[in-house]
Amino acid sequence: MSYILKGETGDWEVVIGLEVHCQVISNAKLFSGAATDFGAEPNTQVSLVDAAMPGMLPVINEQCVRQAIKTGLGLKAKINTKSVFARKNYFYADLPQGYQISQADQPIVGPGTIILDLADGTSREVGIERLHLEQDAGKSLHDQDPTRTFIDLNRTGVALMEIVSDPDMRSPEEAGAYLRKLRSIVRYLETCDGNMDQGSMRCDVNVSVRPVGSTELRTRAETKNVNSVRFAMQAIEYEAARQVAIYDGGGEVVQETRLFDSQKGVTRSMRSKEHAHDYRYFPDPDLLPLVFSDDLVAEIKATLPELPDERKDRYINVFGLSPYDAGVLVAEKDTAMYFEAVAEGRDAKMAANWVINNLFAVLSDRGVGISDSPISAVDLGKLLGLIVDETISTKIAKDVFEAMLETGDSPEKIVEDKGLKQITDTGAIEAAVDAAIAAGTAQVAQYKGGNEKILGWFVGQVMKSTQGKANPGQVNKLLKDKLDN
Amino acid sequence: MSKLNELNIASARDGLARGEFSAAELTEVYIQAIQAGRDMNAYITETPDVALERARESDARRAKGDAMGAMDGIPIAMKDLFCTEGVLTTAGSHILDGFVPPYESTVSANLRSAGAVMLGKSNLDEFAMGSANITSYYGPVKNPWKATSGPNQGKDLVPGGSSGGSAAAVAGGLAMAATGTDTGGSIRQPASFCGIVGLKPTYGRCSRWGVVAFASSLDQAGPMTKTVQDAAIMLGAMAGHDPKDSTSAPLPVPDFEALMTGDVKGLTIGIPKEYKMDGMDPEIQALWDQGIAWLKDAGCIIKEVSLPHTKYALATYYIVAPAEASANLARYDGVRYGLRVPGDSLDDMYMNTRGAGFGEEVQRRILIGTYALSSGYYDAYYIKAQKVRTLISNDFKTAFESVDAILTPTAPSAAFALGEKQEDPVAMYLNDVFTVPTSLAGLPGMSVPAGFSSTGLPLGLQVIGRSFDEGTVLNVGAALEKAAGLNLKAVTGASS
Repeated sequence: MSYILKGETGDWEVVIGLEVHCQVISNAKLFSGAATDFGAEPNTQVSLVDAAMPGMLPVINEQCVRQAIKTGLGLKAKINTKSVFARKNYFYADLPQGYQISQADQPIVGPGTIILDLADGTSREVGIERLHLEQDAGKSLHDQDPTRTFIDLNRTGVALMEIVSDPDMRSPEEAGAYLRKLRSIVRYLETCDGNMDQGSMRCDVNVSVRPVGSTELRTRAETKNVNSVRFAMQAIEYEAARQVAIYDGGGEVVQETRLFDSQKGVTRSMRSKEHAHDYRYFPDPDLLPLVFSDDLVAEIKATLPELPDERKDRYINVFGLSPYDAGVLVAEKDTAMYFEAVAEGRDAKMAANWVINNLFAVLSDRGVGISDSPISAVDLGKLLGLIVDETISTKIAKDVFEAMLETGDSPEKIVEDKGLKQITDTGAIEAAVDAAIAAGTAQVAQYKGGNEKILGWFVGQVMKSTQGKANPGQVNKLLKDKLDN
Repeated sequence: MSKLNELNIASARDGLARGEFSAAELTEVYIQAIQAGRDMNAYITETPDVALERARESDARRAKGDAMGAMDGIPIAMKDLFCTEGVLTTAGSHILDGFVPPYESTVSANLRSAGAVMLGKSNLDEFAMGSANITSYYGPVKNPWKATSGPNQGKDLVPGGSSGGSAAAVAGGLAMAATGTDTGGSIRQPASFCGIVGLKPTYGRCSRWGVVAFASSLDQAGPMTKTVQDAAIMLGAMAGHDPKDSTSAPLPVPDFEALMTGDVKGLTIGIPKEYKMDGMDPEIQALWDQGIAWLKDAGCIIKEVSLPHTKYALATYYIVAPAEASANLARYDGVRYGLRVPGDSLDDMYMNTRGAGFGEEVQRRILIGTYALSSGYYDAYYIKAQKVRTLISNDFKTAFESVDAILTPTAPSAAFALGEKQEDPVAMYLNDVFTVPTSLAGLPGMSVPAGFSSTGLPLGLQVIGRSFDEGTVLNVGAALEKAAGLNLKAVTGASS
């Protein structure tokens, strides 16, 4: 699935690396006891430490450390039992300390990998360079007053995990797959809610281009704070095209920070290298190096849930699902949990088909997620049960499914109320078959003349007269028996 | 009964216990003395109402038989670097204009819990950066001592710094004791200049929580007192593990006073040969020799030791401390508290506020620190300084394998005149040449008055101990104090 840009001077490929900030799920901030709830009134979740009052000192929150270790383990990464917090110095009104406490050359998590599930059913590995813990900044509100900027410090000091990929991606699709997979992993782990629209997962996109066949890494531009998978893909497309055009025109791409304008789908220069901050990183003297034992890592490892890759393997090997179906079902933890509830004690392939082919279409039409599904996993499971025990046919089941969507009733109730129970009484079916043969003299002649396809006409007549409730297997058998004799 | 403001903590404790006077009476005496001694400029903020209220509380406790120990009812000065709830806290800087903390530093809270009575917030060099207490936005502090002869006779002298207000208050009878903080010598050097005892404990012994930060890896609070025994008593009330400070040591606080056995017989005292510097003042050398002789007489074994990286200590300090300060002082940006000087943009507001709010010395150190951490210079300066710091620390470790304490001068001179050395920052930085290595190594160091200059000014000697071995430092210090047998109060009167 190569993504090649046709330039005037030749073919170009795009090199993409992503830095993703994931807000850690924790009760308190990284270095203070203040709460972290989303959407609270401005400046109501601010401790003296967060506001950088004189003499205040940071104290590490163990829960955030555990979450980072857990995420590292989920990314099959090296856990560094000794890491160091450093100060990243810059001035901004929503950064009270005048520095962000982050990790520089000694992060808590080292190299790992993430497996991308691509649309064509294939998989591809992308390297993780590192994961480190750092403080979030506050928010500057520029739209509250014509001349002043207001500052909300609720988010100040909230723990973030910055997860940095290797420059291993070669297309917007791969970048999209990376983001979706990373989001899936942190959601499975319950270390980040992954809600990009609320800013609890944010992405910086690093893009460079190079001639196809080249292995060099050219100057990259970094597009900051992209807040959806789609925007990240758009930003990459735009950046790649922009850079190819620059090289084609004989120019040089400059190293700079850019912003994505989601209205126009373009990136725009924010500051060039000359204006880049010199962050003057140095180890934070208020904090000792973060040291923990291998036992702690082992303890956390023992609590890891089944992750999407392992779950996908299980769906393929135990349930016999196709890699594509398995990939679709495990992508979101909620979907996987829903599917497993439907499939519990039933035919997993059948359950997968119903979830993917029927339910997903409805969810997509209604623009809702699986957690807001109009049909519960229990009811969908019951519907499948009615097919398996031949209470209804698959065709009738689709009608029942529609009725479930409309009424919210259980499938049993709908079958009962509408009298949709399949007719398996041989006498009743035989009567309908006889009536169809009697009414179709011409068709009988065609059948006798060798046109076996005409059998379908008879089936249709029988189904019509029984409102589709006749057991299709029995109808077929009786028709053949009677017409052949 | 002696005059109340000539008592020390130990003697006042006994007087209070015997009911000879009340804490309120004692406090009242100091409030009067502070008002009479305002010319010294030892206090930035006087808190007589707070003091009397706490003194009366102390008396009420005592009346009920609930007195809390040696510090209960003792009137002290609080260096204005400690945040005090509801009381203006300035760090000696214009940039903290009007800052009244809604919280109390751990050390000042510990002292308050022990019953100490806060008389006010004592003057200091701005953000504790200085060695003469001349960088304070609230003006210089005068040393209560005057030279009796020589070129500085009769002139106003500096008290040393940065804890100059605390040292002057204790020496001048405006507080029975005071808190100080020491980053490179800020307790010990002013103690030497003012003829009092100043103890910088081991880094991590006292919590830094609520102390306005200068250089986080070096800052340490400690007592400034009239006697070594008082220092032991007061340190016991200040120290202790604090979960709010990640660098605070999770160790129990020993009974320091009880560790002062008075017996130093058999202790080995190291004399670092590298501290005998070229051009050293012969008076300082003579004092040092005298101290060595006293300890020998007391039964100590004297041993020359080598601290080979001493000569790099000052340069190392003046990279590490400003580097940390450049980040620690970034929070004073005019956004949330203190001074704000408006501007046309956020950057303008920053520049206007910080330009007006920080004094020259503070700006100099922020610039030095910012430069040392800059891309391209970081390895050459900051990283190298950290490596040298480790070597300096190892020097002490090696020395302490064969000695129990180390004896050095505290400062290279006696107190100098106000205005001297003011134009030459490097000459000023040399004041801390004997104290800075201890700070870099995080070790306890105490200045004890040991003699006088030929011009009649007090001089101190420094005792350095092993990590968390303040007990030995105090014990050796007490031996020196006893041997010196100085009559400090007799010449303390600035009026003479």
